[in-house]
Amino acid sequence: MKKRAINIKPFDVINTIIMICICFSMIYPFYFCVINSFNDGYDAMKGGIYWWPRVLSIDNYIAVFQNDGLATAFMVTILRTLIATTLHVFFSAMVAYGLCKKDLIGRKTYMMLGIITIFFNGGLIPTFLLINQLGMYNKFIVYIIPTMLNFINVIIFMTFFKQLPIELEESAIVDGAADFRIFFRIILPLSKSVIATIVLFVGVFNWNDYFMGVVYVMDEALRPIQTFLYKIVAENATQALQNQVMGTAGKRVTSQSIKYATMIIAILPVVCSYPFLQKYFVKGLLIGSIKA
Amino acid sequence: MIKNKFLKKLMKQRQRQLMVIPGMIWLIIFCYIPMVWLIIAFKDYDITKSAMEAPWVGLKHFKEFLGNDRFYLMLRNTVGIGFYKLIVAFPIPIIFALFLNEIRHVKFKKMVQTVSYLPHFIAWPILGGIILSWLGRTGIVNNILMTLGLQDGPIYYIAKPEYFWRIAVISDVWKEMGWNAIIYIAAISGVNPSLYEAAEIDGAGRFQKMWHITVQVIRPTIAILFILAVGNLLNGSNFEQIFVLRNNMNLDASEIIDLYIYNMGIGAGRFSLASAASLVKAVVSLILVLTANVITKKLTEESLL
Repeated sequence: MKKRAINIKPFDVINTIIMICICFSMIYPFYFCVINSFNDGYDAMKGGIYWWPRVLSIDNYIAVFQNDGLATAFMVTILRTLIATTLHVFFSAMVAYGLCKKDLIGRKTYMMLGIITIFFNGGLIPTFLLINQLGMYNKFIVYIIPTMLNFINVIIFMTFFKQLPIELEESAIVDGAADFRIFFRIILPLSKSVIATIVLFVGVFNWNDYFMGVVYVMDEALRPIQTFLYKIVAENATQALQNQVMGTAGKRVTSQSIKYATMIIAILPVVCSYPFLQKYFVKGLLIGSIKA
Repeated sequence: MIKNKFLKKLMKQRQRQLMVIPGMIWLIIFCYIPMVWLIIAFKDYDITKSAMEAPWVGLKHFKEFLGNDRFYLMLRNTVGIGFYKLIVAFPIPIIFALFLNEIRHVKFKKMVQTVSYLPHFIAWPILGGIILSWLGRTGIVNNILMTLGLQDGPIYYIAKPEYFWRIAVISDVWKEMGWNAIIYIAAISGVNPSLYEAAEIDGAGRFQKMWHITVQVIRPTIAILFILAVGNLLNGSNFEQIFVLRNNMNLDASEIIDLYIYNMGIGAGRFSLASAASLVKAVVSLILVLTANVITKKLTEESLL
């Protein structure tokens, strides 16, 4: 047996300590929000809560769930994420599957049309005007249709489909007329890993996006939670939250403590899902960056 | 006859065409029509008419944008924040990947990597909320600095223009370091271990191996990503981030061209002027990416175009 010398050098020690510090700096801000969200609101105003809650309380969370405005905002976020992500995945995968077919008439033109959009876009203003003209302004559909496709994701799908064994399809029917059936029955069930990647990318985008809610929506009932938070944070619309808090009678909460609870609820789904999808998205990111 | 044959072929593959064509229609509507509509930068557009009907006015809006009192300030902020991020935020993921690679304990390495992605998945309004409360007068940063005696009284950091670039860069590094390191970590894992063994026999130390082997292997990756980063320099100021962190007090350091486009276009309804500004920005970006391509080609024989 070969003997492995275990000699720990100072470098290893320092390096490990640095890495631990990095991890700490990544986690602590969220931990800070967690302990502040579980602390009594008025008590938290005194400050100094760094390691654990001083006066433990779940009032902040109860207040968030009882609050109509916040509940609506969460509902909008959940709905838009579910619908937009599902449609995006199906639509991109379908386009990608079609584009994988070598005999497709106009394939080169289609690819050119797609690739150009990765590098160039009209930008904020023309897109805003277009959405206005299409009558999507201030409608829920604005979260769905304009985000339905992204050619980088089409390319990630294509790269995956190309490495699937061809025999699978040949054993079905070689006739182009059966494409939809092959796509839904054979290809999609085999593509779980790449679907997981795209679901994560698109899902996180939809869940985290606040900007569409700022630009394309006026109606407060259509605001996603991130836009709600943005208004509180950047436009200092604390007053709005204050009013909301007033509605929650008998709770020892402040706008600040409710803000922390809202943030934690908004973070939770993403933080809970990404570590499990890690091995998939690393691959997807690599394909995307190599091609782009 | 030929036409007939073509139609026959098209008929036969109608299903795969039906899969692709809706996507192409979507691209034309949501990507190409907006590109064409940028011509309103040369016209006097108002929302009641279509873009085609609006009268041509030549470079009027460009002149107004370039002649704006705050134009140089905006350009300085856009380029400045972008450049600051390029020199600080671009190398840090590489260094992180190199040092993470030196960790031998596999589980610990994996854990550090997973944790380092965490901030990437958090939306800017939430990070903005954290940053604002930490940098507040009674926030944690002021508390620590005052306890350590590095600072006499509380400073309201986010309201001072002189701190804004630093806040933008540090928060960006913190958010994207782990994510941006993924590509380098993958490239490093492709290094042939026998190279290290050979180097060890030759008596190479740890840093020598790091520099002469690891860095050399990932050099093409670095070069390509560098060109992309330069091309993105003007977007490097990251509108989503600045939009959250800016306020009226730090506007001298936080007003970037994108903010102007937003304020003029969405805010004031001056769509032609805003489009002119975004065209100017696009041209500057193009010049930057071409320059970066030439320079990187000279330095590393790698190029994108």
